[in-house]
Amino acid sequence: MLRLHQNDQTLDPQSPLAIRGLSVSYGEKPALFSVDLTVAPYSMTAIVGPNGAGKSTLLKAALGVVPRLSGQVSIFGRALASERHRIAYVPQRASVDWDFPANVRDVVLMGLYGKMGLLRRISRDDLAIAEDALAQVGMQDFAHRQIGQLSGGQQQRIFLARALAQNADLYLLDEPFAGVDAATEAAIITLLKKLKDAGKTVVAVHHDLSTVTAYFDHVAMINTRLIAQGPVAQVFTTAHLQEAYGGRLATAQIDRLREAGHY
Amino acid sequence: MAFTLTYNVALVMFGAGLLGVAAGVTGTFMFLRKRALLSDAISHATLPGLCGGFMVMVALGGSGRALEGLLLGSAVSAALGLLAVNFLKSQTRLSEDAAIGAVLSSFFGLGVVMLTVIQNMSAGRQAGLDQLLLGSTAAMLREDAEMIAIGAALVFLVGFVLHRAMTLTAFDENFARALGLNVPLIDAAAMALVLAVTVAGLKIVGLILIVALLIIPPVTARLWSNRAAYIWPIAGAIGGASGLIGAGLSSLAPDLPTGAIIVLVAAGFFLVSFLVAPARGALASAMRHRKFQRRVHRRQGLLALAQGYRILEPYTRKLLQREGYVRADGVMTERGQSAATAAQRDEARVAYLRSKPDYAEFLSRHDGLSDLSRAFTRDELAHIDTRMEAAS
Amino acid sequence: MNGAEFVPLSLPPILIGILAAIACALPGNFLVLRKQALIGDAISHVVLPGIVLAFLVTQALDAWAMLLGAGAAALFAVVMIDVIKRVSRIEVGAIMGVVFTTLFALGVLLLEQSSASSVHLDVEHALMGNLESLIWLEARGWASLLDPVALASLPTELSRLALTLVLIVVLLIIFWRPLTLSTFDEGYAESLGLPVRAISLGLVMVAALAAVTAFDAVGSIIVIAMFICPAAAARLMTDRLRSQIWWSVGFATLSASLGYVLAGYGPLWIGLDNSVSAAGMIATVSGLILALTAVLGPKRCATTT
Repeated sequence: MLRLHQNDQTLDPQSPLAIRGLSVSYGEKPALFSVDLTVAPYSMTAIVGPNGAGKSTLLKAALGVVPRLSGQVSIFGRALASERHRIAYVPQRASVDWDFPANVRDVVLMGLYGKMGLLRRISRDDLAIAEDALAQVGMQDFAHRQIGQLSGGQQQRIFLARALAQNADLYLLDEPFAGVDAATEAAIITLLKKLKDAGKTVVAVHHDLSTVTAYFDHVAMINTRLIAQGPVAQVFTTAHLQEAYGGRLATAQIDRLREAGHY
Repeated sequence: MAFTLTYNVALVMFGAGLLGVAAGVTGTFMFLRKRALLSDAISHATLPGLCGGFMVMVALGGSGRALEGLLLGSAVSAALGLLAVNFLKSQTRLSEDAAIGAVLSSFFGLGVVMLTVIQNMSAGRQAGLDQLLLGSTAAMLREDAEMIAIGAALVFLVGFVLHRAMTLTAFDENFARALGLNVPLIDAAAMALVLAVTVAGLKIVGLILIVALLIIPPVTARLWSNRAAYIWPIAGAIGGASGLIGAGLSSLAPDLPTGAIIVLVAAGFFLVSFLVAPARGALASAMRHRKFQRRVHRRQGLLALAQGYRILEPYTRKLLQREGYVRADGVMTERGQSAATAAQRDEARVAYLRSKPDYAEFLSRHDGLSDLSRAFTRDELAHIDTRMEAAS
Repeated sequence: MNGAEFVPLSLPPILIGILAAIACALPGNFLVLRKQALIGDAISHVVLPGIVLAFLVTQALDAWAMLLGAGAAALFAVVMIDVIKRVSRIEVGAIMGVVFTTLFALGVLLLEQSSASSVHLDVEHALMGNLESLIWLEARGWASLLDPVALASLPTELSRLALTLVLIVVLLIIFWRPLTLSTFDEGYAESLGLPVRAISLGLVMVAALAAVTAFDAVGSIIVIAMFICPAAAARLMTDRLRSQIWWSVGFATLSASLGYVLAGYGPLWIGLDNSVSAAGMIATVSGLILALTAVLGPKRCATTT
């Protein structure tokens, strides 16, 4: 234990998203402290933890959207800058002003901006990709609808469609099920599972503990620090939940989760 | 030119000082209510009313300079401007900033149009209404100064009486309502005070820059204190000092614009405060941030050492080396060894405490970074260790 | 209208007013959508110290130096606002108020100190511009529009503004995608690797460019009004960004031309002898257009709850 270089732990080059020693702070309290995370390839990983645990911050810091105090990130074993085109990020629905003057197709086409560059005209192919992405989320009939007129679930679907249009390998979703109707939730999870089957990797910040086992195969539990990560069956345990949620998740609630047969 | 305290200079200084106090106190409420720039809309929107008041008074056969008429006119147009801002904000999809900007510029534009009409009127040429844009103390009369002083004193008194209700409203509107306060009335009173400050300040600071006296002192005060109870007296003091000093300075040379000098003195207070204020100043926060960053890296590095991981971060390596935890060749020193073990033990303790809901309150004493021995007594730590051993 | 009178006396100021209005309204659309309308207000205030400083340094009213000075002042103001906001965590509206009033006061002070010089530069000019005096002496009528000799003597403000407008339009077309994307969804734009801070700063610089070129000809009242009113009114007419831009261009054109005509001829129609401030009237008309769209605009209300 005396030598520094004894137990090498570098960033796993196989992992779509590997993070080492990530610390982020807003002001003078750490939002994340020394988080290590290695997302398994072709997995569906849930990031869970109590409110204010730094779940969204983890995604944003990984993408360089918020500055990091320390830490390294690798995407498919390489630097973020060279692999950005392989990532599709779905921000929280509430993070944008839906009163923006645009229609549904405009927003989905934004997913193709990376490919189109500054001046290339929108081609027939681009439109076909956008239409296909909308069809996948069941919104093909809404292409010309003003985005402000959509319900919460519909807004979430077109955010997802924008990410699908990017045709990425790694999908990072921030609370995709927050404030959506049951039908949308079912549609989104079916779609995410299809992505996984197609060889993509999905990471989602998730709030609802009761659906973790049904929706995801891997889970990372955080509360400023990483509590545990790995396959759901190994990580989603009473001990870890208690450590992550502390007093905020009463033993009774955990018992209820267990009785419901979730793990 | 040397500073000579003539009666006139003293009068202007006194008036400007009182005006500054009144503006600082009034501005604090607008600032705490996150409406600082609404004051800008109010002050600009007074211009058409001032001109309208003047024109009506001339039409009725007066000289057009009576303060009551100008005040009434500016109150009417400022109220119309506020109504327009509220309408755009609540009845259309436009946000408040666009509403403020639109009202400010179009009302001011209308005022300028009316100003050119007045300049073409025979009575208008001597009126000097255009001097009200930037203020002019050169030809200030004794009764002007007295009016300003009285007006400012009245504003200060009303502000003083209302400050508690205003602070409460700014802090938590719903709570203020629940206590039975008439929130719309308090808001209206604040706007009326802004209007009064604007009109009282026309001669000294002028219509365009008066908003500076309403914004800079409260923002400066905010840098010094996190408590509303201190912010408004500090803001009043800074406003008063700016008025007094600025008016004095501007009397040193003939063509120094009083309003601009007063604003620049206030800005000087702001700049100094921004650099050195302990609560939110730049130096203090830069130092706090560096210290915090070091703590994060130190802790993170020690934990990595304890777990035998390689430290990837160059800054962490340098820091640990500089503080004597590791040697240049990367080997832990004895000091590093014991610090790493302690950090690791603390981490285990925290993990244990976190999993016990009963300890949630207890744990909240810890900031998540420093040694546990700073947040807990030795007895408490011993107690935790015994419980942990029993549990494992 | 009599061409011999209209072409030399009214056509150039109207054209200059229109060009200035459009140049400001284009970036204004994005300022309004980003809820940074008051950055426009701030920019138009800090242009004054920038211009005066450039004048004090070069001792001449050189267009390029003034452009540079005003651009530097705008950049300085925006960076200061950002730094103070980050450090003090105070509401950004109040910080804007501190910064732009301070710089404006500085501009006034410098202006008064430099007023000993014979150059025509004063606060009134800064506010209201001198649109009415931008006449085309060589013009003899509509035919002069085809006469290269006469055209060469058009006020230089006209060509300068036209050039600025072309530049702004080109920049807008080139950066349309990053600009719209980062305006709508900054986090997503950043995840794609777009330099969102540079884009935001670039927008401010374009606004400053429009402000300073327009400022010299038409004064700061029009600049503020044109940043905000046409774009805000256009937002109430349509739900698509492209058509919003076109509406704002239309409203800017209408404000400038109608405002100028009303200021120049309106008083004569109602029996007064002298014309009134064109800059003020253009700002007033733009406000009236906004008022109309706020009551009648088909998209005046948000559809989201």
